[in-house]
Amino acid sequence: MASEAIADKKIGKDKKKESRFIQTFRRLVKNKLALFGLIVILIQLLMAVSAPAIVGYDPLEQNLSETELSVGSEGHWLGTDNYGRDVWSRLVFGARLSLIVGVTSVVIGLIGGIALGLLAGYYKKLDGLIMRFVDLLFAFPGILLAMLIIAMLGTSLVNVVIAISIWSIPGCARIVRGSVLSVKKQEYVLAMKSLGASDRRIILKHILPNCTAPIIVFATMRMATSILSTSALSFLGLGAQPPTPEWGAMIAAGQDFMWSAPHMTIVPGIAIMLVVFAFNVVGDGLRDALDPNMNVDN
Amino acid sequence: MSNQQTLLEVKNLKKYFPVKSGILKRTIGSVKAVEDVSIEVYEGETLGVVGESGCGKSTFGRTILGLEERTEGTISFRGEKISGIPEKNLKKFKKEMQMIFQDPYATLNPRQRIGDALEEAFIIHTDIPKKERQQRVRELLTEVGLKEEYYERYPHEFSGGQRQRIGIARAIALNPSFIVCDEAVSALDVSVQAQIIKLLKKLQQSHQLTYLFISHDLGVVRNVCDRVLVMYLGATAELASSTQLYKNPLHPYTKALLSAIPRPVPGRKKERVRLEGELPNAANYPNGCPFHTRCPIATEKCSQVRPEWREMEEGHFVACHEV
Repeated sequence: MASEAIADKKIGKDKKKESRFIQTFRRLVKNKLALFGLIVILIQLLMAVSAPAIVGYDPLEQNLSETELSVGSEGHWLGTDNYGRDVWSRLVFGARLSLIVGVTSVVIGLIGGIALGLLAGYYKKLDGLIMRFVDLLFAFPGILLAMLIIAMLGTSLVNVVIAISIWSIPGCARIVRGSVLSVKKQEYVLAMKSLGASDRRIILKHILPNCTAPIIVFATMRMATSILSTSALSFLGLGAQPPTPEWGAMIAAGQDFMWSAPHMTIVPGIAIMLVVFAFNVVGDGLRDALDPNMNVDN
Repeated sequence: MSNQQTLLEVKNLKKYFPVKSGILKRTIGSVKAVEDVSIEVYEGETLGVVGESGCGKSTFGRTILGLEERTEGTISFRGEKISGIPEKNLKKFKKEMQMIFQDPYATLNPRQRIGDALEEAFIIHTDIPKKERQQRVRELLTEVGLKEEYYERYPHEFSGGQRQRIGIARAIALNPSFIVCDEAVSALDVSVQAQIIKLLKKLQQSHQLTYLFISHDLGVVRNVCDRVLVMYLGATAELASSTQLYKNPLHPYTKALLSAIPRPVPGRKKERVRLEGELPNAANYPNGCPFHTRCPIATEKCSQVRPEWREMEEGHFVACHEV
């Protein structure tokens, strides 16, 4: 009993130990860059949530007597664009838009990708079929695939979401399949089989929860790509249409005024850069924080 | 022994793993993990299965439980054939036959609380309500010598011995009659080993369990088992009651194995049978007696003719030409 008594004591101490989530979070914020990213994302989130409250102007309201005001002008601290719309309020509403588009497309992409990945990883028979389909999607350069889908569906923000979702599926499917392949060889899966558990139960309750780490990292990184692609597509005129305050569209609108009002392109450009960078470094940080080799709880 | 009731009967069981090669993944041969095993397991006994690593002990156990697809042969449980029947008819037998694994940590889902893990057995096989299920889990925990409040904990919060108790709790949850203990105590240190064995014996009494006790530890097997089956390269070499086997081993492989048990008294040396060479590759299965490549008493006949499974004395079987 001696060894068990010691273990008992250890458990007593562990009781105070925080959950895995807190642990990961703690490890994440130790990483300075990830912490910076987290703060940027938090700011964007706050901006998105409280958008109408923190801006003084309607982002669509034109004021032709105050066009192309530069940064630091009175009443418009980020200036106005060529129609006299307040750049700050457009930026804030753009933050909301890019977050909504990013989250929706990543969630839809994840649902599709996880489903395909689980099936391909668990059922050997489906593996070949599903993964060839995934390869097919992969064979297209992402932005071209998105443009193709938009060309078929028509230009609108909703179609951008659909296109980016579809583009997210193959990457997610591959990552999930890989994790499933390793997790399904674990003995606890075998133990569940010997208990007579159904495949559905094994997949959803035992395999999927043990594949979450790579999925979380993928989702975070994918947010960055999603936001960037939405802007890129909008810049090309395939996504949000004017006068929607979308960052990519704002840059596109500003390019004719590069000399007279450079802030029209620079401000949304910096916003995109910051947010994309933030999601990327947080994704990187999460990858390290979730790495089982850095886990101390074993 | 012979007057006892047969619980499980295995006839000519074979398990081959295909060896695939080339881009077309053609089968170019097979690894014979279990080669023509026929045994009976009696109600209430503990049948030990011993042999060196890679001899197919675990595969044998898993094949019986249907965790590995058998290649050939039949398995009957209480006189009913359970091999080759559709999956949905198998469920009631799965309830009766459980397994305790070597590494209890690996067999517990790290993201699942112990209580939930144990509860699953009831969710899968019964439709008793949640409250009652949780009550049963708490009873189970107490029964295997753990505290009820461990319900809330995760596998990494336990010691090896405790985890094995959880593994045992899960195996007995549904009141099975047959349990395969696959190296159930091998990963534990000696003092914990003794506790777990004591627990297994206690449960055998209270639940009328039959064990198939797979182990490479001959000392433990002698202590625990009523009968012992010696396997070599997937085939049965010798089967006898443990008293008979340890007193009067017949097969040269058994003799070699027994002579390898460390003696507690220094100086009291016993003649050591040393085996030459390596275990042959099971993908390149030897003709005749599988043991002839390393057998000290092998003859010409041994390399050509597969020895028969003969009963030498009451309940003592051996597969060897030379005894």
